Amino acid sequence: MVLSSIFQQGVSIEYYIVLSSVLFIIGVVGVLTRRNAIILLMCIELMLNAVNLLLVAFSTYFGKADAQIFVFFIMVVAAAEATVGLSILILAYRTLRTTDVGIFNKLKG
Amino acid sequence: MSLELIATLLGGLTIGSALMVVISKHPVRSVLYLVLTFFLISSNYILMNAQFIAIVNIIVYAGAIMVLFLFVLMLLNLNTENEPKSTLLVKVSAVIAGGLLFTVLIAALREGVVMAQPGIIDANDQGLVENLGRLLFTKYVLPFEVSSVLFIAAMVGAVLMAKREKQTVD
Repeated sequence: MVLSSIFQQGVSIEYYIVLSSVLFIIGVVGVLTRRNAIILLMCIELMLNAVNLLLVAFSTYFGKADAQIFVFFIMVVAAAEATVGLSILILAYRTLRTTDVGIFNKLKG
Repeated sequence: MSLELIATLLGGLTIGSALMVVISKHPVRSVLYLVLTFFLISSNYILMNAQFIAIVNIIVYAGAIMVLFLFVLMLLNLNTENEPKSTLLVKVSAVIAGGLLFTVLIAALREGVVMAQPGIIDANDQGLVENLGRLLFTKYVLPFEVSSVLFIAAMVGAVLMAKREKQTVD
């Protein structure tokens, strides 16, 4: 038996648009409210995943696999970003003894 | 059980665990909720016939990136007591700003989707390794090679920063 996509079986694309928008907004609110820099990086990962979810939903909806390649590249960029960001955070923690972003204003002139 | 009910259930669980990432006071608990969110998003991918992306999501995010986050958290020895707190005003205004952004996003995306027509879906194996690999190594081979340069740059940067840190300790 060949399974057709879930969009041919009654699930609408609007549902996935709302779901990924809500996930993105949760990431934005997390970036705005939390002050721990590691949690901030995690909320950025959450926003990237919301975008990935929407890309995959449209890829299935239109029957084209190109968007899934873009999801692949977003994952590559996210991995590189997390590596460099966390190593910068560890360096900042060694000198300032905190991960509070409110303290990270020493670069101001 | 109908497919719509499964999709709604998975979506609700995903939103719930994503909310717990932001709400949790303890950073380690927040990381673990993020791992749970990634697993739920992967199950959404499987529901949408994107099996390769689902597996890569689990391996790369839950397996590599989140382990890196956990290592850093345990290296820094953070706990609930020295977790920086933001004021109530910041929280309330952030939620209001998020709600406004959500309204704008939904209002902007709703009109576009009504116009878009779904494509003719005949290939159900479009999310499998065979199809994606062929696309990745023919049409998207240049971005694929460029991403390896990006990885080299990130690796060199991480090693350089770790080395400089060692010199300051000496």
